[in-house]
Amino acid sequence: MKAAVLVFPGSNCDRDLAVALRQAGFDVKMVWHKDTELPSGVDVVGVPGGFSYGDYLRSGAIAARSPIIAALRRHALEGGYAIGICNGFQVLTETGLLPGVLMRNANLKFICRPVELEVATTNSDFTKGYEPGARVTFPVAHHDGNYVVPGDVLAALRGEDRVAFRYVEDLNGSVDRIAGVLSENRRVLGLMPHPERAADEALGGADGRALFAGLASLGVSA
Amino acid sequence: MKARVHIMLKTGVLDPQGEAVRHALGSLGFEGVSSVRQGKVIELELSETDPAKAEAEVARMCEALLANTVIERYDVELV
Repeated sequence: MKAAVLVFPGSNCDRDLAVALRQAGFDVKMVWHKDTELPSGVDVVGVPGGFSYGDYLRSGAIAARSPIIAALRRHALEGGYAIGICNGFQVLTETGLLPGVLMRNANLKFICRPVELEVATTNSDFTKGYEPGARVTFPVAHHDGNYVVPGDVLAALRGEDRVAFRYVEDLNGSVDRIAGVLSENRRVLGLMPHPERAADEALGGADGRALFAGLASLGVSA
Repeated sequence: MKARVHIMLKTGVLDPQGEAVRHALGSLGFEGVSSVRQGKVIELELSETDPAKAEAEVARMCEALLANTVIERYDVELV
C-alpha cells in the first residue's frame, strides 16, 4: 500500500502523519506542494496539519490553490482515498472535496488538548476498525475548527451517515458537534482532531491506530 | 485601475470575532452598539483599463480565491 503526504510551507504534522502511516504498513512518500503529480500507484493521500501559508486569507485557502491540489483532485475524483487532518481538513473544505467551512472557534480560543470523540459511523474504511459508538481520545490543536455547513448540506451529511466523528461535548461551536466528515463516496475524510498524534502508547495514547490500520487493509493496490 | 473588494460574512453566519469586539467596546464604556460584524477589505492594482472587464475579472477572483462563498459575500468597487 502506498501513501503520499503533501507538504506545504507551514505544515507541521507531515512527519507525524508519515510515521503513523508507515507504522500501519504504508510505503510513504512526501510530496512537495509545487509538484504537479502524485507518485504513481498512490492509494492514500494525507493532507497534514499545521499552518500552511501562515493561515493567510483563510486557513487552508492558499494551500488549496497550490499545484499539487489538481493532482489530489484527480486522485479523489478517480475514487482514491484521502485524509485531511486539522489544517488538512481546512484545505479539503477549501478545495470543495469536502463540504462546509472551518470558522474561528466560537470561544475565540486556540484549543490544544486531548478530547473525547464518538465514532459516529463505522461505515467507512477509516472507521471500520472501531466498534459502533466507540469513544476515542485524540488531541486537538486548532483555532479554526468551528464547523459550519448550510442546513441542506447538514441534512445530507446526517441522512447519508457521513459524519465520521463527533465531539462528545461541545468544543468549538461546531454544528451538531461535528469533528470529522466523509465525502459522498466515503473515501475522503476530513477531521480536526489528530489521530496521527494518538498512534503510539508511548506518546500518550493509541486510539488513532485503528484508523490507519483500517486504511492499510484496503488492498486496493493489488 | 484599482479595485477594492469588501468581504463580509453572510447574514445569519455567526461572527464570534465581531461579538468579541462588541463586548470590548461595551467594557470601554461605549454604549448602544447592538451588533459588530467584522470583514476584510482587499485592494488590487489592475492593468485592465475597461471598468466592465475589470469588475468581471475581480468577481472571478472572488469566486476562485478571495471569498469563501459558503459563508462570505463580496462587493467589488472600482476606485
